[in-house]
Amino acid sequence: MRDVGVAEELAQDALVAALEQWPVSGIPAKPGAWLMGTAKHRAIDLLRRRKSLERKHEQLGHELVGAQQELAERDFDAAIEDDVGDDLLRLIFVACHPVLSTEARVALTLRLLGGLTTEEIAHAYLVPEATVAQRIVRAKRTLAEARVPFEVPRGTELAARLSSVLEVVYLIFNEGYSATAGDAWLRPELCEDALRLGRILAELVPNEAEVHGLVALMEIQASRLRARLGPSGEPVLLLDQNRARWDRLLIRRGLAALDRAEKLGGTLGPYALQAAIAACHARAGTPAETDWSRIAALYDALAQLTPSPVVELNRAVALAMAFGPAAGLELVDELTSEPSLKTYYLLPSVRGDLLVKLDRFDEARVEFERAASLTRNASERKLLLERAAACTPASS
Amino acid sequence: MRFMIVMKSNKESEAGIMPSQTLLEEMGKYNEELVKAGVMLAADGLHASSKGARVRFSGGKATVIDGPFAETKELIAGYWLWQVKSKEEAIEWLKRGPWATGSEEAAKLERRLGPLEIEIRQVIEADDLGEAYTPELREQDERLKAQATAKA
Repeated sequence: MRDVGVAEELAQDALVAALEQWPVSGIPAKPGAWLMGTAKHRAIDLLRRRKSLERKHEQLGHELVGAQQELAERDFDAAIEDDVGDDLLRLIFVACHPVLSTEARVALTLRLLGGLTTEEIAHAYLVPEATVAQRIVRAKRTLAEARVPFEVPRGTELAARLSSVLEVVYLIFNEGYSATAGDAWLRPELCEDALRLGRILAELVPNEAEVHGLVALMEIQASRLRARLGPSGEPVLLLDQNRARWDRLLIRRGLAALDRAEKLGGTLGPYALQAAIAACHARAGTPAETDWSRIAALYDALAQLTPSPVVELNRAVALAMAFGPAAGLELVDELTSEPSLKTYYLLPSVRGDLLVKLDRFDEARVEFERAASLTRNASERKLLLERAAACTPASS
Repeated sequence: MRFMIVMKSNKESEAGIMPSQTLLEEMGKYNEELVKAGVMLAADGLHASSKGARVRFSGGKATVIDGPFAETKELIAGYWLWQVKSKEEAIEWLKRGPWATGSEEAAKLERRLGPLEIEIRQVIEADDLGEAYTPELREQDERLKAQATAKA
Protein backbone atom coordinates (compact mmCIF):
# COMPACT_ATOMS: atom_id res chain seq x y z
CA MET A 1 0.00 0.00 0.00
CA ARG A 2 1.53 3.27 -1.11
CA ASP A 3 -0.83 5.65 0.64
CA VAL A 4 -0.22 5.42 4.39
CA GLY A 5 -3.25 7.58 5.03
CA VAL A 6 -5.51 5.18 3.19
CA ALA A 7 -3.94 2.20 4.92
CA GLU A 8 -4.64 3.69 8.32
CA GLU A 9 -8.11 4.62 7.25
CA LEU A 10 -8.78 1.05 6.18
CA ALA A 11 -7.33 -0.46 9.32
CA GLN A 12 -9.42 1.96 11.30
CA ASP A 13 -12.40 1.21 9.11
CA ALA A 14 -12.14 -2.52 9.70
CA LEU A 15 -11.79 -2.07 13.43
CA VAL A 16 -14.55 0.48 13.68
CA ALA A 17 -16.88 -1.70 11.67
CA ALA A 18 -16.01 -4.75 13.64
CA LEU A 19 -15.73 -3.41 17.15
CA GLU A 20 -18.31 -0.63 17.06
CA GLN A 21 -20.90 -0.79 14.31
CA TRP A 22 -21.64 -4.50 14.29
CA PRO A 23 -22.50 -4.90 17.95
CA VAL A 24 -24.61 -1.73 17.81
CA SER A 25 -26.47 -2.36 14.58
CA GLY A 26 -26.67 -6.07 15.26
CA ILE A 27 -26.25 -7.08 11.65
CA PRO A 28 -23.14 -6.43 9.62
CA ALA A 29 -23.51 -4.73 6.24
CA LYS A 30 -23.39 -8.17 4.65
CA PRO A 31 -24.64 -10.79 7.08
CA GLY A 32 -22.30 -13.70 7.19
CA ALA A 33 -19.66 -11.90 5.18
CA TRP A 34 -16.22 -12.60 6.45
CA LEU A 35 -14.16 -9.74 7.64
CA MET A 36 -11.57 -10.21 4.95
CA GLY A 37 -14.19 -9.92 2.25
CA THR A 38 -15.75 -6.94 3.98
CA ALA A 39 -12.47 -5.09 4.40
CA LYS A 40 -11.52 -5.76 0.82
CA HIS A 41 -14.82 -4.54 -0.53
CA ARG A 42 -14.57 -1.45 1.63
CA ALA A 43 -11.16 -0.71 0.23
CA ILE A 44 -12.40 -1.11 -3.30
CA ASP A 45 -15.48 1.00 -2.63
CA LEU A 46 -13.28 3.71 -1.19
CA LEU A 47 -11.01 3.56 -4.19
CA ARG A 48 -13.91 3.67 -6.61
CA ARG A 49 -15.37 6.70 -4.84
CA ARG A 50 -12.06 8.48 -5.23
CA LYS A 51 -11.68 7.34 -8.81
CA SER A 52 -15.15 8.49 -9.77
CA LEU A 53 -14.37 11.88 -8.27
CA GLU A 54 -11.22 12.03 -10.33
CA ARG A 55 -13.15 10.88 -13.35
CA LYS A 56 -15.61 13.73 -12.93
CA HIS A 57 -12.71 16.13 -13.02
CA GLU A 58 -11.38 14.54 -16.15
CA GLN A 59 -14.63 13.86 -17.89
CA LEU A 60 -13.27 15.34 -21.07
CA GLY A 61 -10.10 13.28 -20.99
CA HIS A 62 -9.76 10.66 -23.68
CA GLU A 63 -9.93 6.92 -23.44
CA LEU A 64 -6.26 6.43 -22.70
CA VAL A 65 -6.63 8.14 -19.37
CA GLY A 66 -9.52 5.85 -18.53
CA ALA A 67 -7.43 2.82 -19.43
CA GLN A 68 -4.61 4.03 -17.21
CA GLN A 69 -7.03 4.45 -14.34
CA GLU A 70 -8.25 0.92 -14.86
CA LEU A 71 -4.68 -0.26 -14.67
CA ALA A 72 -4.01 1.81 -11.57
CA GLU A 73 -7.11 0.33 -10.00
CA ARG A 74 -5.86 -3.18 -10.62
CA ASP A 75 -2.44 -2.33 -9.17
CA PHE A 76 -4.16 -0.94 -6.14
CA ASP A 77 -6.23 -4.08 -5.84
CA ALA A 78 -3.06 -6.17 -5.86
CA ALA A 79 -1.39 -3.82 -3.41
CA ILE A 80 -4.15 -3.93 -0.82
CA GLU A 81 -4.19 -7.72 -1.03
CA ASP A 82 -1.31 -8.11 1.40
CA ASP A 83 -2.38 -5.24 3.53
CA VAL A 84 -5.86 -6.60 4.10
CA GLY A 85 -4.24 -9.89 5.06
CA ASP A 86 -2.14 -8.03 7.64
CA ASP A 87 -5.20 -6.31 9.05
CA LEU A 88 -6.94 -9.64 9.36
CA LEU A 89 -3.96 -11.17 11.12
CA ARG A 90 -3.75 -8.24 13.55
CA LEU A 91 -7.43 -8.63 14.27
CA ILE A 92 -7.04 -12.36 14.96
CA PHE A 93 -4.23 -11.64 17.42
CA VAL A 94 -6.25 -8.92 19.13
CA ALA A 95 -9.40 -11.05 19.38
CA CYS A 96 -7.37 -13.92 20.89
CA HIS A 97 -5.32 -11.77 23.25
CA PRO A 98 -4.38 -13.53 26.51
CA VAL A 99 -5.78 -10.65 28.62
CA LEU A 100 -9.23 -11.91 27.63
CA SER A 101 -10.99 -14.86 29.18
CA THR A 102 -11.31 -17.96 27.00
CA GLU A 103 -15.05 -17.37 26.54
CA ALA A 104 -14.46 -13.77 25.54
CA ARG A 105 -11.79 -14.81 23.04
CA VAL A 106 -14.09 -17.37 21.48
CA ALA A 107 -17.03 -14.96 21.30
CA LEU A 108 -14.93 -12.12 19.87
CA THR A 109 -13.27 -14.39 17.30
CA LEU A 110 -16.57 -15.79 16.06
CA ARG A 111 -18.08 -12.30 15.99
CA LEU A 112 -15.25 -10.42 14.31
CA LEU A 113 -13.67 -13.09 12.15
CA GLY A 114 -16.34 -15.71 11.71
CA GLY A 115 -18.96 -13.13 10.80
CA LEU A 116 -21.44 -14.77 13.20
CA THR A 117 -24.15 -12.67 14.81
CA THR A 118 -24.45 -12.50 18.58
CA GLU A 119 -27.59 -14.58 18.24
CA GLU A 120 -25.79 -17.27 16.25
CA ILE A 121 -22.98 -17.46 18.80
CA ALA A 122 -25.50 -17.68 21.63
CA HIS A 123 -27.31 -20.44 19.78
CA ALA A 124 -24.11 -22.35 19.10
CA TYR A 125 -23.03 -22.20 22.73
CA LEU A 126 -26.53 -22.59 24.22
CA VAL A 127 -26.27 -19.44 26.30
CA PRO A 128 -28.59 -16.41 26.34
CA GLU A 129 -27.89 -13.80 23.67
CA ALA A 130 -27.45 -11.14 26.35
CA THR A 131 -24.61 -13.16 27.86
CA VAL A 132 -22.72 -13.21 24.56
CA ALA A 133 -23.40 -9.52 23.94
CA GLN A 134 -22.08 -8.71 27.40
CA ARG A 135 -19.00 -10.87 26.88
CA ILE A 136 -18.20 -8.93 23.71
CA VAL A 137 -18.77 -5.54 25.30
CA ARG A 138 -16.59 -6.48 28.26
CA ALA A 139 -13.90 -7.88 25.98
CA LYS A 140 -13.76 -4.61 24.04
CA ARG A 141 -13.45 -2.68 27.29
CA THR A 142 -10.69 -4.98 28.55
CA LEU A 143 -8.77 -4.57 25.29
CA ALA A 144 -9.10 -0.79 25.48
CA GLU A 145 -8.08 -0.64 29.16
CA ALA A 146 -5.09 -2.90 28.58
CA ARG A 147 -4.17 -0.70 25.61
CA VAL A 148 -3.63 -3.75 23.45
CA PRO A 149 -1.91 -2.52 20.29
CA PHE A 150 -3.42 -3.39 16.92
CA GLU A 151 -0.41 -5.30 15.68
CA VAL A 152 1.03 -8.70 14.93
CA PRO A 153 3.38 -9.74 17.75
CA ARG A 154 7.00 -10.35 16.84
CA GLY A 155 9.90 -12.55 17.95
CA THR A 156 9.44 -14.63 21.06
CA GLU A 157 6.04 -13.10 21.79
CA LEU A 158 4.71 -14.45 18.50
CA ALA A 159 4.94 -18.11 19.56
CA ALA A 160 3.07 -17.55 22.82
CA ARG A 161 0.40 -15.38 21.22
CA LEU A 162 0.03 -17.76 18.30
CA SER A 163 -0.64 -20.65 20.64
CA SER A 164 -3.48 -18.61 22.18
CA VAL A 165 -4.92 -18.08 18.68
CA LEU A 166 -4.65 -21.78 17.83
CA GLU A 167 -6.23 -22.70 21.13
CA VAL A 168 -9.26 -20.51 20.40
CA VAL A 169 -9.67 -21.95 16.91
CA TYR A 170 -9.42 -25.51 18.20
CA LEU A 171 -11.86 -24.79 21.04
CA ILE A 172 -14.41 -23.59 18.50
CA PHE A 173 -13.79 -26.70 16.42
CA ASN A 174 -14.15 -29.01 19.38
CA GLU A 175 -17.40 -27.48 20.54
CA GLY A 176 -18.71 -28.32 17.08
CA TYR A 177 -17.10 -31.74 16.97
CA SER A 178 -18.21 -32.93 20.36
CA ALA A 179 -20.63 -30.53 22.01
CA THR A 180 -20.12 -30.37 25.77
CA ALA A 181 -23.80 -29.74 26.48
CA GLY A 182 -27.21 -30.12 24.94
CA ASP A 183 -28.96 -32.86 22.98
CA ALA A 184 -27.09 -32.57 19.71
CA TRP A 185 -23.67 -34.11 19.81
CA LEU A 186 -22.36 -32.36 16.73
CA ARG A 187 -22.55 -28.76 15.58
CA PRO A 188 -21.01 -28.98 12.11
CA GLU A 189 -21.35 -25.21 11.50
CA LEU A 190 -18.88 -24.50 14.29
CA CYS A 191 -16.47 -27.02 12.80
CA GLU A 192 -16.79 -25.27 9.45
CA ASP A 193 -16.13 -21.87 11.03
CA ALA A 194 -13.05 -23.14 12.85
CA LEU A 195 -11.73 -24.92 9.79
CA ARG A 196 -12.11 -21.85 7.68
CA LEU A 197 -10.35 -19.70 10.28
CA GLY A 198 -7.56 -22.26 10.39
CA ARG A 199 -7.20 -22.37 6.62
CA ILE A 200 -7.02 -18.57 6.47
CA LEU A 201 -4.46 -18.53 9.26
CA ALA A 202 -2.33 -21.12 7.47
CA GLU A 203 -2.03 -18.79 4.49
CA LEU A 204 -1.34 -15.72 6.68
CA VAL A 205 1.50 -17.35 8.66
CA PRO A 206 2.64 -20.11 6.28
CA ASN A 207 5.96 -20.71 8.04
CA GLU A 208 4.48 -21.73 11.38
CA ALA A 209 4.39 -25.54 11.47
CA GLU A 210 1.82 -25.71 14.26
CA VAL A 211 -0.75 -23.77 12.24
CA HIS A 212 -0.53 -26.45 9.55
CA GLY A 213 -0.59 -29.07 12.30
CA LEU A 214 -3.84 -27.66 13.64
CA VAL A 215 -5.36 -27.41 10.18
CA ALA A 216 -4.34 -31.02 9.47
CA LEU A 217 -5.88 -32.15 12.74
CA MET A 218 -9.16 -30.35 12.07
CA GLU A 219 -9.39 -31.48 8.43
CA ILE A 220 -8.89 -35.13 9.37
CA GLN A 221 -11.29 -34.97 12.31
CA ALA A 222 -13.89 -33.18 10.20
CA SER A 223 -13.56 -35.89 7.55
CA ARG A 224 -15.29 -38.22 10.02
CA LEU A 225 -18.20 -35.91 10.87
CA ARG A 226 -20.68 -37.77 8.66
CA ALA A 227 -19.67 -41.12 10.11
CA ARG A 228 -19.91 -40.02 13.73
CA LEU A 229 -23.70 -40.13 13.88
CA GLY A 230 -25.69 -43.35 13.62
CA PRO A 231 -29.09 -43.82 11.96
CA SER A 232 -30.99 -42.33 14.90
CA GLY A 233 -28.49 -39.63 15.79
CA GLU A 234 -26.46 -41.63 18.28
CA PRO A 235 -22.68 -41.18 18.37
CA VAL A 236 -20.64 -43.84 16.57
CA LEU A 237 -17.16 -44.48 17.96
CA LEU A 238 -14.13 -44.21 15.72
CA LEU A 239 -13.53 -47.93 15.33
CA ASP A 240 -17.20 -48.66 14.63
CA GLN A 241 -17.50 -45.95 11.99
CA ASN A 242 -18.27 -46.77 8.40
CA ARG A 243 -15.07 -45.60 6.75
CA ALA A 244 -16.81 -45.35 3.40
CA ARG A 245 -18.52 -42.30 4.87
CA TRP A 246 -15.28 -40.53 5.69
CA ASP A 247 -14.77 -37.50 3.51
CA ARG A 248 -11.82 -38.38 1.25
CA LEU A 249 -11.34 -34.78 0.15
CA LEU A 250 -10.86 -33.59 3.73
CA ILE A 251 -8.54 -36.51 4.48
CA ARG A 252 -6.44 -35.60 1.46
CA ARG A 253 -6.34 -31.97 2.55
CA GLY A 254 -5.46 -33.01 6.10
CA LEU A 255 -2.60 -35.24 5.00
CA ALA A 256 -1.29 -32.44 2.77
CA ALA A 257 -1.39 -29.97 5.68
CA LEU A 258 0.43 -32.46 7.90
CA ASP A 259 3.02 -32.85 5.18
CA ARG A 260 3.49 -29.06 5.13
CA ALA A 261 3.96 -29.06 8.92
CA GLU A 262 6.52 -31.87 8.73
CA LYS A 263 8.43 -30.25 5.84
CA LEU A 264 8.89 -27.04 7.85
CA GLY A 265 11.21 -29.09 10.03
CA GLY A 266 11.87 -29.10 13.75
CA THR A 267 10.14 -31.34 16.25
CA LEU A 268 6.41 -31.66 15.76
CA GLY A 269 4.27 -29.57 18.11
CA PRO A 270 1.21 -30.84 19.98
CA TYR A 271 -1.25 -30.14 17.14
CA ALA A 272 0.95 -31.73 14.49
CA LEU A 273 1.43 -34.78 16.74
CA GLN A 274 -2.31 -35.12 17.23
CA ALA A 275 -2.74 -34.71 13.48
CA ALA A 276 -0.16 -37.45 12.91
CA ILE A 277 -2.21 -39.71 15.20
CA ALA A 278 -5.43 -38.83 13.37
CA ALA A 279 -3.60 -39.53 10.09
CA CYS A 280 -2.80 -43.08 11.27
CA HIS A 281 -6.53 -43.72 11.49
CA ALA A 282 -7.26 -41.92 8.24
CA ARG A 283 -4.72 -44.04 6.35
CA ALA A 284 -6.14 -47.32 7.62
CA GLY A 285 -8.75 -48.79 5.28
CA THR A 286 -10.16 -50.93 8.10
CA PRO A 287 -9.73 -50.68 11.89
CA ALA A 288 -7.59 -53.82 11.79
CA GLU A 289 -5.06 -52.07 9.54
CA THR A 290 -4.45 -49.29 12.09
CA ASP A 291 -0.81 -48.85 13.06
CA TRP A 292 -1.45 -48.87 16.81
CA SER A 293 2.15 -49.11 17.90
CA ARG A 294 2.94 -45.94 15.95
CA ILE A 295 -0.06 -44.27 17.58
CA ALA A 296 1.20 -45.33 21.02
CA ALA A 297 4.62 -43.89 20.15
CA LEU A 298 3.06 -40.61 18.97
CA TYR A 299 1.04 -40.36 22.21
CA ASP A 300 4.26 -40.96 24.11
CA ALA A 301 5.85 -38.02 22.27
CA LEU A 302 2.76 -35.93 22.96
CA ALA A 303 2.83 -36.82 26.67
CA GLN A 304 6.44 -35.62 26.88
CA LEU A 305 5.55 -32.34 25.19
CA THR A 306 2.29 -31.67 27.04
CA PRO A 307 2.08 -33.97 30.07
CA SER A 308 -1.59 -34.63 30.74
CA PRO A 309 -3.62 -37.48 32.25
CA VAL A 310 -5.98 -37.25 29.24
CA VAL A 311 -3.07 -37.90 26.85
CA GLU A 312 -2.01 -40.80 29.09
CA LEU A 313 -5.52 -42.21 28.87
CA ASN A 314 -5.34 -42.09 25.09
CA ARG A 315 -1.92 -43.72 25.19
CA ALA A 316 -3.44 -46.48 27.32
CA VAL A 317 -6.06 -47.12 24.64
CA ALA A 318 -3.34 -47.28 21.94
CA LEU A 319 -1.24 -49.63 24.09
CA ALA A 320 -4.27 -51.88 24.62
CA MET A 321 -4.86 -52.03 20.87
CA ALA A 322 -1.21 -52.67 20.06
CA PHE A 323 -0.25 -55.04 22.90
CA GLY A 324 -3.55 -56.31 24.36
CA PRO A 325 -6.15 -55.01 26.87
CA ALA A 326 -4.09 -55.95 29.91
CA ALA A 327 -1.26 -53.61 28.85
CA GLY A 328 -3.74 -50.77 28.52
CA LEU A 329 -5.55 -51.52 31.76
CA GLU A 330 -2.31 -51.33 33.70
CA LEU A 331 -1.86 -47.69 32.68
CA VAL A 332 -5.56 -46.87 33.13
CA ASP A 333 -5.49 -48.21 36.69
CA GLU A 334 -2.62 -45.87 37.47
CA LEU A 335 -4.76 -42.99 36.24
CA THR A 336 -7.76 -43.76 38.48
CA SER A 337 -6.00 -42.01 41.36
CA GLU A 338 -5.44 -38.89 39.25
CA PRO A 339 -7.47 -36.08 40.89
CA SER A 340 -8.05 -34.17 37.63
CA LEU A 341 -9.74 -37.24 36.10
CA LYS A 342 -12.15 -37.81 39.03
CA THR A 343 -15.12 -36.48 37.06
CA TYR A 344 -13.84 -37.25 33.54
CA TYR A 345 -16.37 -39.65 32.02
CA LEU A 346 -13.96 -41.10 29.47
CA LEU A 347 -11.80 -42.69 32.18
CA PRO A 348 -14.50 -45.11 33.43
CA SER A 349 -15.69 -45.47 29.83
CA VAL A 350 -12.26 -46.63 28.64
CA ARG A 351 -11.76 -48.78 31.73
CA GLY A 352 -15.16 -50.41 31.11
CA ASP A 353 -14.18 -51.09 27.53
CA LEU A 354 -10.92 -52.80 28.52
CA LEU A 355 -12.67 -54.81 31.25
CA VAL A 356 -15.19 -56.09 28.69
CA LYS A 357 -12.31 -57.28 26.54
CA LEU A 358 -10.92 -59.12 29.56
CA ASP A 359 -14.36 -60.70 30.19
CA ARG A 360 -14.69 -58.87 33.54
CA PHE A 361 -18.30 -57.86 32.84
CA ASP A 362 -19.50 -57.03 36.37
CA GLU A 363 -16.71 -54.51 36.88
CA ALA A 364 -17.25 -53.18 33.37
CA ARG A 365 -20.94 -52.50 34.01
CA VAL A 366 -20.12 -50.42 37.10
CA GLU A 367 -17.63 -48.39 35.04
CA PHE A 368 -20.10 -47.70 32.20
CA GLU A 369 -22.78 -46.64 34.68
CA ARG A 370 -20.30 -44.34 36.37
CA ALA A 371 -19.30 -42.86 33.00
CA ALA A 372 -22.98 -42.32 32.11
CA SER A 373 -23.51 -40.42 35.36
CA LEU A 374 -20.55 -38.14 34.57
CA THR A 375 -21.28 -37.07 31.00
CA ARG A 376 -23.37 -33.97 30.37
CA ASN A 377 -24.31 -35.01 26.86
CA ALA A 378 -27.61 -36.82 26.41
CA SER A 379 -26.62 -38.91 23.37
CA GLU A 380 -23.42 -40.05 25.00
CA ARG A 381 -25.21 -40.98 28.22
CA LYS A 382 -27.62 -43.14 26.23
CA LEU A 383 -24.75 -44.94 24.51
CA LEU A 384 -22.99 -45.61 27.82
CA LEU A 385 -26.13 -46.93 29.52
CA GLU A 386 -26.63 -49.29 26.59
CA ARG A 387 -23.10 -50.57 27.01
CA ALA A 388 -23.74 -51.05 30.74
CA ALA A 389 -26.92 -53.00 29.98
CA ALA A 390 -25.00 -55.19 27.52
CA CYS A 391 -22.72 -56.27 30.39
CA THR A 392 -25.40 -58.36 32.10
CA PRO A 393 -24.37 -61.99 32.66
CA ALA A 394 -27.04 -63.16 30.16
CA SER A 395 -25.30 -61.42 27.27
CA SER A 396 -21.82 -62.44 28.38
CA MET B 1 -21.83 -25.04 3.27
CA ARG B 2 -20.11 -26.34 0.20
CA PHE B 3 -20.76 -25.34 -3.38
CA MET B 4 -19.58 -26.79 -6.62
CA ILE B 5 -18.81 -24.06 -9.12
CA VAL B 6 -19.22 -25.52 -12.58
CA MET B 7 -17.44 -24.10 -15.59
CA LYS B 8 -19.07 -25.11 -18.88
CA SER B 9 -17.30 -26.20 -22.05
CA ASN B 10 -16.92 -24.05 -25.12
CA LYS B 11 -15.77 -24.59 -28.71
CA GLU B 12 -12.14 -24.10 -27.77
CA SER B 13 -12.08 -26.30 -24.69
CA GLU B 14 -13.85 -29.00 -26.69
CA ALA B 15 -11.23 -28.63 -29.42
CA GLY B 16 -8.57 -29.40 -26.84
CA ILE B 17 -7.16 -25.86 -26.85
CA MET B 18 -5.57 -25.19 -23.46
CA PRO B 19 -5.99 -21.79 -21.74
CA SER B 20 -3.37 -19.15 -22.59
CA GLN B 21 -0.52 -18.43 -20.21
CA THR B 22 -2.03 -15.04 -19.34
CA LEU B 23 -5.36 -16.60 -18.45
CA LEU B 24 -3.65 -19.30 -16.39
CA GLU B 25 -1.74 -16.60 -14.52
CA GLU B 26 -4.89 -14.62 -13.84
CA MET B 27 -6.73 -17.72 -12.70
CA GLY B 28 -3.77 -18.63 -10.52
CA LYS B 29 -3.97 -15.28 -8.80
CA TYR B 30 -7.72 -15.65 -8.29
CA ASN B 31 -7.30 -19.17 -6.93
CA GLU B 32 -4.66 -17.92 -4.53
CA GLU B 33 -7.11 -15.34 -3.25
CA LEU B 34 -9.69 -18.08 -2.75
CA VAL B 35 -7.21 -20.21 -0.82
CA LYS B 36 -6.21 -17.24 1.37
CA ALA B 37 -9.84 -16.68 2.28
CA GLY B 38 -10.29 -20.32 3.24
CA VAL B 39 -12.82 -20.74 0.44
CA MET B 40 -11.13 -23.17 -1.94
CA LEU B 41 -11.33 -26.86 -1.15
CA ALA B 42 -10.53 -28.35 -4.53
CA ALA B 43 -10.41 -27.50 -8.21
CA ASP B 44 -9.82 -29.37 -11.43
CA GLY B 45 -10.08 -28.76 -15.14
CA LEU B 46 -11.35 -31.49 -17.42
CA HIS B 47 -10.09 -32.61 -20.82
CA ALA B 48 -12.29 -32.30 -23.90
CA SER B 49 -15.16 -34.76 -24.11
CA SER B 50 -13.35 -36.45 -27.02
CA LYS B 51 -11.15 -38.04 -24.34
CA GLY B 52 -14.20 -39.24 -22.40
CA ALA B 53 -17.07 -41.61 -22.93
CA ARG B 54 -20.65 -42.23 -21.91
CA VAL B 55 -21.85 -45.56 -20.71
CA ARG B 56 -25.55 -46.16 -21.28
CA PHE B 57 -27.30 -48.90 -19.34
CA SER B 58 -30.47 -50.45 -20.64
CA GLY B 59 -31.94 -53.75 -19.56
CA GLY B 60 -28.74 -54.49 -17.70
CA LYS B 61 -26.68 -54.10 -20.84
CA ALA B 62 -23.92 -51.50 -21.09
CA THR B 63 -23.33 -49.57 -24.30
CA VAL B 64 -20.24 -47.40 -24.50
CA ILE B 65 -20.53 -44.18 -26.50
CA ASP B 66 -17.19 -42.50 -27.09
CA GLY B 67 -16.86 -38.70 -27.08
CA PRO B 68 -16.87 -36.02 -28.37
CA PHE B 69 -20.41 -35.02 -27.48
CA ALA B 70 -22.39 -32.44 -29.40
CA GLU B 71 -24.04 -30.30 -26.71
CA THR B 72 -20.89 -28.27 -26.00
CA LYS B 73 -22.50 -25.68 -23.72
CA GLU B 74 -23.99 -28.34 -21.44
CA LEU B 75 -20.72 -30.15 -20.91
CA ILE B 76 -18.54 -29.58 -17.88
CA ALA B 77 -15.07 -28.21 -18.49
CA GLY B 78 -13.97 -27.80 -14.90
CA TYR B 79 -15.09 -27.27 -11.35
CA TRP B 80 -14.17 -25.77 -8.01
CA LEU B 81 -15.35 -26.93 -4.65
CA TRP B 82 -15.84 -24.00 -2.29
CA GLN B 83 -16.58 -23.68 1.41
CA VAL B 84 -18.61 -20.53 2.03
CA LYS B 85 -21.24 -19.21 4.42
CA SER B 86 -23.98 -18.76 1.83
CA LYS B 87 -24.87 -18.82 -1.85
CA GLU B 88 -24.58 -15.02 -1.77
CA GLU B 89 -20.99 -15.28 -0.64
CA ALA B 90 -20.25 -17.71 -3.48
CA ILE B 91 -21.74 -15.20 -5.95
CA GLU B 92 -19.64 -12.41 -4.40
CA TRP B 93 -16.51 -14.47 -4.93
CA LEU B 94 -17.42 -15.21 -8.54
CA LYS B 95 -17.75 -11.48 -9.11
CA ARG B 96 -14.09 -11.16 -8.15
CA GLY B 97 -12.91 -13.56 -10.85
CA PRO B 98 -10.79 -12.39 -13.81
CA TRP B 99 -13.91 -12.47 -16.03
CA ALA B 100 -15.50 -9.75 -13.88
CA THR B 101 -12.52 -7.58 -12.99
CA GLY B 102 -11.45 -6.18 -16.32
CA SER B 103 -9.15 -8.92 -17.57
CA GLU B 104 -8.07 -8.25 -21.16
CA GLU B 105 -7.76 -11.98 -21.73
CA ALA B 106 -11.28 -12.71 -20.44
CA ALA B 107 -12.64 -9.97 -22.69
CA LYS B 108 -10.93 -11.55 -25.72
CA LEU B 109 -12.41 -14.93 -24.81
CA GLU B 110 -15.86 -13.40 -24.58
CA ARG B 111 -15.51 -11.79 -28.00
CA ARG B 112 -14.58 -15.15 -29.50
CA LEU B 113 -16.95 -17.42 -27.59
CA GLY B 114 -19.81 -15.27 -26.31
CA PRO B 115 -20.90 -14.56 -22.73
CA LEU B 116 -19.50 -16.74 -19.96
CA GLU B 117 -21.93 -18.62 -17.76
CA ILE B 118 -20.84 -20.24 -14.51
CA GLU B 119 -23.14 -22.50 -12.52
CA ILE B 120 -23.29 -22.61 -8.73
CA ARG B 121 -24.62 -25.78 -7.13
CA GLN B 122 -24.86 -26.55 -3.44
CA VAL B 123 -23.38 -29.83 -2.26
CA ILE B 124 -25.84 -32.10 -0.44
CA GLU B 125 -24.67 -32.91 3.06
CA ALA B 126 -26.18 -35.87 4.91
CA ASP B 127 -28.34 -33.57 7.02
CA ASP B 128 -29.89 -31.88 3.96
CA LEU B 129 -31.77 -34.98 2.95
CA GLY B 130 -34.17 -34.27 5.79
CA GLU B 131 -37.24 -36.33 6.69
CA ALA B 132 -37.27 -38.29 3.46
CA TYR B 133 -33.90 -39.74 4.38
CA THR B 134 -35.29 -41.96 7.13
CA PRO B 135 -33.08 -43.84 9.55
CA GLU B 136 -33.95 -47.04 7.64
CA LEU B 137 -32.90 -45.53 4.32
CA ARG B 138 -29.76 -44.13 5.86
CA GLU B 139 -28.95 -47.52 7.32
CA GLN B 140 -29.55 -49.20 3.99
CA ASP B 141 -27.41 -46.61 2.29
CA GLU B 142 -24.58 -47.18 4.71
CA ARG B 143 -24.88 -50.93 4.35
CA LEU B 144 -24.64 -50.58 0.59
CA LYS B 145 -21.67 -48.27 0.85
CA ALA B 146 -19.98 -50.67 3.27
CA GLN B 147 -20.51 -53.52 0.84
CA ALA B 148 -19.20 -51.42 -2.00
CA THR B 149 -16.03 -50.66 -0.03
CA ALA B 150 -15.62 -54.28 0.98
CA LYS B 151 -15.63 -55.25 -2.68
CA ALA B 152 -13.34 -52.44 -3.77
